[in-house]
Amino acid sequence: MATHDHDHHDEHGSELSETQLRVRALETILTEKGYIDPAALDAIVETYETKIGPRNGALVVAKAWTDPAFRQALLEDATKAVATLGHESRVGDHLVAVENTPQRHNMIVCTLCSCYPWEVLGLPPIWYKSAPYRSRAVKDPRGVLADFGVTLPKETEIRVWDSTAETRFLVLPMRPAGTEGWSEERLADLVTRDSMVGTGLARKPGEIAQ
Amino acid sequence: MNSVHDMGGMDGFGKVEVEQNEPPFHARWEGRVLAMQRAMGYAGAWHIDHSRFAQEQLPPLIYLAASYYQRWELAMEHNLLQRGYVAPEELAAGHALRPAKPLNRKLTLDAVPGSMMRSSFFRQQQGPARFKPGDRVRTKNINPATHTRLPRYARDKLGVVELIHGCHAYPDSVATDRGDDPQWLYTVVFDGQEIWGADADPTLKISIDAFEPYLEPA
Repeated sequence: MATHDHDHHDEHGSELSETQLRVRALETILTEKGYIDPAALDAIVETYETKIGPRNGALVVAKAWTDPAFRQALLEDATKAVATLGHESRVGDHLVAVENTPQRHNMIVCTLCSCYPWEVLGLPPIWYKSAPYRSRAVKDPRGVLADFGVTLPKETEIRVWDSTAETRFLVLPMRPAGTEGWSEERLADLVTRDSMVGTGLARKPGEIAQ
Repeated sequence: MNSVHDMGGMDGFGKVEVEQNEPPFHARWEGRVLAMQRAMGYAGAWHIDHSRFAQEQLPPLIYLAASYYQRWELAMEHNLLQRGYVAPEELAAGHALRPAKPLNRKLTLDAVPGSMMRSSFFRQQQGPARFKPGDRVRTKNINPATHTRLPRYARDKLGVVELIHGCHAYPDSVATDRGDDPQWLYTVVFDGQEIWGADADPTLKISIDAFEPYLEPA
């Protein structure tokens, strides 16, 4: 088994090298032809590495938890509501926020490719783009939740949103008990990426470092 | 088209594996692929639906074996070649050998911040919406050999219109170079048992976003 794993990694490594070479060649060709500017590519990569991530979405959720008027506006038109926050990454026209309640749990998937609300959550994690998630989320969402260590009451409605068009969905998770009077910043620490995709719940106060 | 990208409801792929503290990119080339794709899209070389369609046309074994950004890279090569931006001998040589094909614009450093916002897919309506929230609809049984956003599991199924998202560019048309052909877009919700049969979890509801041509009254 150890030998097999070793071979597998070697094989994987050489595949990546071939890809690296292809990508380097492509960038050279496109640059020489004047189609792209490598400095602009650097800036795009840096933006995704340092500026756009799930913290953006977490702050949206925390505000919705503390400000009923904002929560209402978010559920009515998430694009417009998020735009009022003046985040670094503004969102496109087609963001929809869906709210978890004791009666209903929402989960987001894209079975056909990997559509994901990049502007509020950053780049999608590998699992979101993987065949196991894309295949099972619509048929066995409770089984998928179990993979994430989440168990919901048997009677809770599970609503799976398949992102088959340009609409993007953000789950508004339930606010944990015992957080009365918390600031938005502190609440945002409870809001995980997975809780905004619907494969997790917001952390409880005891689950974060004080 | 009916290929392995249309994964909803397939069995056998196993458990969802979560990587803890996953970095944005796992190798430098992944970021370069994403950024090149973004730059070519900004330049107007092709539409996002062309990228999706190119990935769907990968042979199934290649699609399944490739990583996410490897698929992007292969799809980009496909579109560069098919649309005449790069010649096969240039790919083989790793250098430009022919004059460039003109593009609408070029993504420069100062334009990057403005390019980070997704473009709008709203289009001018061509007529009134045929359905409204609460309407019962049946999805059509269609099996085009080209790009479509109606997944196999949701064809010929009874559902209810829940949301109306306005009039959007129609991917089935855009991907095959037939123009935007704007269509009304709806969230349509189905009972899990309508999709997966009587044994399905009775608490499950699934929705898709369906373009009007996918739907008929029920």
